[in-house]
Amino acid sequence: MGFPHPPHPRENQILSTHFGDPAAVSLEGWRERGGYRALEQARSITPEAVTDIVKASNLRGRGGAGFPTGLKWSFMPKEKKGPHYLCVNADESEPGTFKDREIMRWTPHQLLEGTLIAMHAIRADVGYIYIRGEFTDVYRIMEAALEEARAAGIFGDSRVYLHRGAGAYICGEETALMNSIEGRRGNPRIRPPFPAQVGLFGQPTTINNVETLAAVPHIVTRGGDWYRGLSLSSPKSSGTKLFSVCGQVQPPGNYEVTMGFPLKELLHDLCGGPRPGRSFKAVIPGGSSVPILTAAEADETLLDYEGCVERGTMLGSGGVIVFDDSADMVYQIMRLARFYAHESCAQCTQCREGTAWTTKILERLLAGKGRPEDIDLLYDLSENMTGKTICVLSDSCAAPVVSGLNKFRDEFDTYLRHAVA
Amino acid sequence: MHQTTAIHEPVFTGENRARLEDEMARYPTKRAALLPALWIVQQARGWISDQAMGEVAEVLDLTPAYVKGVVTFYTMYHEHPVGTYFIQVCTTSPCNVCGAEDVVQALLQHTGCGDLGATSPDGRYTVIEVECLGACGFATPLLVNDDFIESVTPEGVPALLERYR
Repeated sequence: MGFPHPPHPRENQILSTHFGDPAAVSLEGWRERGGYRALEQARSITPEAVTDIVKASNLRGRGGAGFPTGLKWSFMPKEKKGPHYLCVNADESEPGTFKDREIMRWTPHQLLEGTLIAMHAIRADVGYIYIRGEFTDVYRIMEAALEEARAAGIFGDSRVYLHRGAGAYICGEETALMNSIEGRRGNPRIRPPFPAQVGLFGQPTTINNVETLAAVPHIVTRGGDWYRGLSLSSPKSSGTKLFSVCGQVQPPGNYEVTMGFPLKELLHDLCGGPRPGRSFKAVIPGGSSVPILTAAEADETLLDYEGCVERGTMLGSGGVIVFDDSADMVYQIMRLARFYAHESCAQCTQCREGTAWTTKILERLLAGKGRPEDIDLLYDLSENMTGKTICVLSDSCAAPVVSGLNKFRDEFDTYLRHAVA
Repeated sequence: MHQTTAIHEPVFTGENRARLEDEMARYPTKRAALLPALWIVQQARGWISDQAMGEVAEVLDLTPAYVKGVVTFYTMYHEHPVGTYFIQVCTTSPCNVCGAEDVVQALLQHTGCGDLGATSPDGRYTVIEVECLGACGFATPLLVNDDFIESVTPEGVPALLERYR
């Protein structure tokens, strides 16, 4: 299948095999497609054995950080002194990213199966699936899937609930997410203690992204070695990844490729390249929180964790935002800064003030009231927003600003030259 | 509006009370049922008044100030009444470069709202810009109340609004 575009022969469809197939959404449909066999298999072996398979697969967190999933699971205490929790991060809201929504929309049981396997591996009693408040349609689909699974007795002794967010990007940060489930403002927590020791309700907790968990059933069924072997470049990055391609490119959509796939081929061969008469100017490869690439740099980038770092950016969540030669980079960077200013939880001064002032200075520049010293001021602000706060939201605001200033300085200078004194 | 003197009809009776009890059973603390409780209030009343916050505080053993602190943190809770159809349009970069601001202008024009955040004179519509809705490949996405609608164009706005009269 494929959605909304038909699958391209060079895609490697594992997670997205049933995207666009309404018959795969139901429990019956999922079982007909081999669903829930991996869960049965996982439950027949020890939690440690499941964790070892995932460790061997080299699966890394798909929410953005890329932390090894099996290792994360192994941090949970072996001896239970109280309840263990799993939080499923379905708060997808990184600009440019829309993969988790498609996983839940078309294959809710794929996520649920991965969730239950993870709960077995970490000995979790309760799992909370934290869905952002705006995903109304997806919430209804997941609710129906949970109901079906519950009625069919698939949960066993586990309890799984949905928790609806209420509009806050920061709740995708794992400790803010836990605070939000607890009924608090979504402020990130200082670490240590780490969630595996003191997490949700003070108990050992693991937080995993939707795409990460969706990969788990396939890994259990086909083995860790199979998954680790899926790699076109760096052996440290394995498996497939959904890339959400959007912005000024045709056609946008989710494309699933093996790690290490060339970004140039993703944009020109799998997608159809730029719109007629246009050329690409800039690409953000991993969601808005990572440094911007010029089109020339993007042509050289391989899509895995190491390949993106090599080009001075990050794989992040795999949200590929494309800008063509019609885009005003100063305006678009201001829009991104405004996003972070809006979404700052405001507990750290550098972030609360930094994101707001970055936005104001960029708005001033766009309004023809820029001052020559504004460029240095933006760099200075960004410096103070990097590596100095509880979470990385302010670092994420600085990333597009600094890379934008470095790579598209002429556009900033044009606004300065035309500034009205 | 004489909100301070109006008598608050309790929200958590009958079916709403049952829904709240069901939510509370999912968590080990009462506090954790706060976000679900606020959703129940908003679905029942369309917005969350100070008095409703007081009621929520009482049923969950919290203070009204604490509840207000949480309500004001999350952007989707309404502290004031909004139009019958509350429209949230994504205008973050990926949708922005695909023309999201033109969709906003078309909505402001055809709903008669005039300005962002204002409710149309007939009370039907409120239009706001929101940050990333997580459907960037389907620019421009928007929400009309709980309906998630993809790929809206300025030209498509009149037909869209026909469905919400």
